[in-house]
Amino acid sequence: MNDQGLGSYFKFSNVDWGNMMTSTWETIWLTVVSMVVVAILGIALGLLLFETTDSHNPLVKLLNWLVALFVNVFRSIPFIILIVLLLPITQKLVGTIIGPRAALPSLIISAAPFYARMVELAFHELDHGVIEAAESMGATRWQIVRKVLLPESLPALVSGITVTTISLIGYTAMAGAIGAGGLGNLAYQDGFQSNNNAITLVATVIIVIIVFIFQFIGDIAVKHIDKRA
Amino acid sequence: MIEFKDVTKTFNTKQGAVHAVQDVNLKIEDGHIYGIVGYSGAGKSTLIRMLNGLETPTTGTVTIDDVEISALGGAKLREQRHKIGMIFQHFNLLWSRTVLQNIMFPLEIAGQSKAEAKKQAEHLADLVGLAGREQAYPSELSGGQKQRVGIARALANDPQILLSDEATSALDPQTTDEVLDLLLDINKKLHLTIVLITHEMHVIRKIADHVAVMESGKIVEQGPVLEVFKRPKQAVTKRFVNEEVTPSLTDTTAVVDQLLAKYPKGTIVQLTFHGDQAKLPIVSEMLKQYGGLDLNIIEGTIHQTQEGSIGTLYIQLTGEQAEIDGALAYLQKMRVETEVLNRE
Repeated sequence: MNDQGLGSYFKFSNVDWGNMMTSTWETIWLTVVSMVVVAILGIALGLLLFETTDSHNPLVKLLNWLVALFVNVFRSIPFIILIVLLLPITQKLVGTIIGPRAALPSLIISAAPFYARMVELAFHELDHGVIEAAESMGATRWQIVRKVLLPESLPALVSGITVTTISLIGYTAMAGAIGAGGLGNLAYQDGFQSNNNAITLVATVIIVIIVFIFQFIGDIAVKHIDKRA
Repeated sequence: MIEFKDVTKTFNTKQGAVHAVQDVNLKIEDGHIYGIVGYSGAGKSTLIRMLNGLETPTTGTVTIDDVEISALGGAKLREQRHKIGMIFQHFNLLWSRTVLQNIMFPLEIAGQSKAEAKKQAEHLADLVGLAGREQAYPSELSGGQKQRVGIARALANDPQILLSDEATSALDPQTTDEVLDLLLDINKKLHLTIVLITHEMHVIRKIADHVAVMESGKIVEQGPVLEVFKRPKQAVTKRFVNEEVTPSLTDTTAVVDQLLAKYPKGTIVQLTFHGDQAKLPIVSEMLKQYGGLDLNIIEGTIHQTQEGSIGTLYIQLTGEQAEIDGALAYLQKMRVETEVLNRE
């Protein structure tokens, strides 16, 4: 039995640095892959929500209602429940329910609707006059999306994906606790369950550093893109 | 030529039908600068948007050079829109693009090659007086410069028509005049038809040659600017004209009241001069002929419009009643409009 005093946090001799490294990469891999998919899916869904709002066509109205329902439902389910709920689907999709790949479907399904709402909001906050100006020049709907909506709302889209990614990092740790690998897994199994507090501490510090790095990159990117000020 | 024929636009809102435009008939000749003036909610914004199909009439037709804009849709309408430039009150520039890229925007939409678009945009930036600012972002520009970008952008596809939606309403008076001068210059250089809507009579006076006055969705008065200035028939037109000709009408009324009290025997007359009369020494001639009269100028203004001058003068005449009557007759003979302000 290990000593459980405060000193136990600093018994770094117990830390398997190779394992720590592997887990760190697993977390980063999980975060980046899900971030990319969430960004694409979120923008697509957000665009769909934006373009189908205020339509008079009953079919389009129905589509808007369905997408909004999907987004609202999956945004409301607590992540830890979503993982369990999606286990059979994950099994079918990925072929396993263990390991980083198995965490992807639930990560994406929980974060994409969240981001989609932010995307929709970002589009709604654009000055409608700019869209009207593009229309007056004879732009097609697609040209407006590509040349007006996306570039003009880019700072909001980037800061939105930064916030989403940071909550994704939190989710990866939760997913790790039920066997998805990564730093969460390490902190829970090798740290908590093996009474090795030094591992938990190191894993925590690394996660904090990862969060800071993503936040930093996001802030720099927004500052660079935003020409409004 | 632009023609509105029996155009009506009704919006169905939850509060019931709103008649934004009613029975509008209007013809605008090529190369003219046509001003549509009205207070907010008069329907002028809806009307101008029918010219590029941003709004469609509920009934009636809108045609430009025999093409019925109001019947077009899809690709055909978009193609027409390439030939119609539009500028806006709030400029509506893309803040993520530089000046040059903003001017290139409509060219990209029309499918021009990047190199061609760039060349054209550089030329236009030069034309509107933005040479040297091509790489600036809109946020780095003043309001007047932003509108210059808007104008250059509107001209990018060599349009035949330029629509101006309150283009100077967000600008200070001096910048307004600069932008209006630019529009006038472009109208002459490119022989472009300009249709502008505004709530400022000043804009009409400065650049328009024809004007239509709108109220509650209807055009209540239309014609050459000077005609409408000279003899406003409708109450709303008079309000606009007065706002412009006597900017401080209430002040003048107060002064008149004071003078009426101070000189109970005097006669106070409002004189209105049109065109060439404003250049003649009519008043001085009148004093020579009726030497017994004393003249006191209360207030006067003279405005230059595209078609001539228009002026208003308030004077007080004191002296023999016969001489005053003679002087008034003389003014009438010289075709100066006179109005004696009576005591209540």
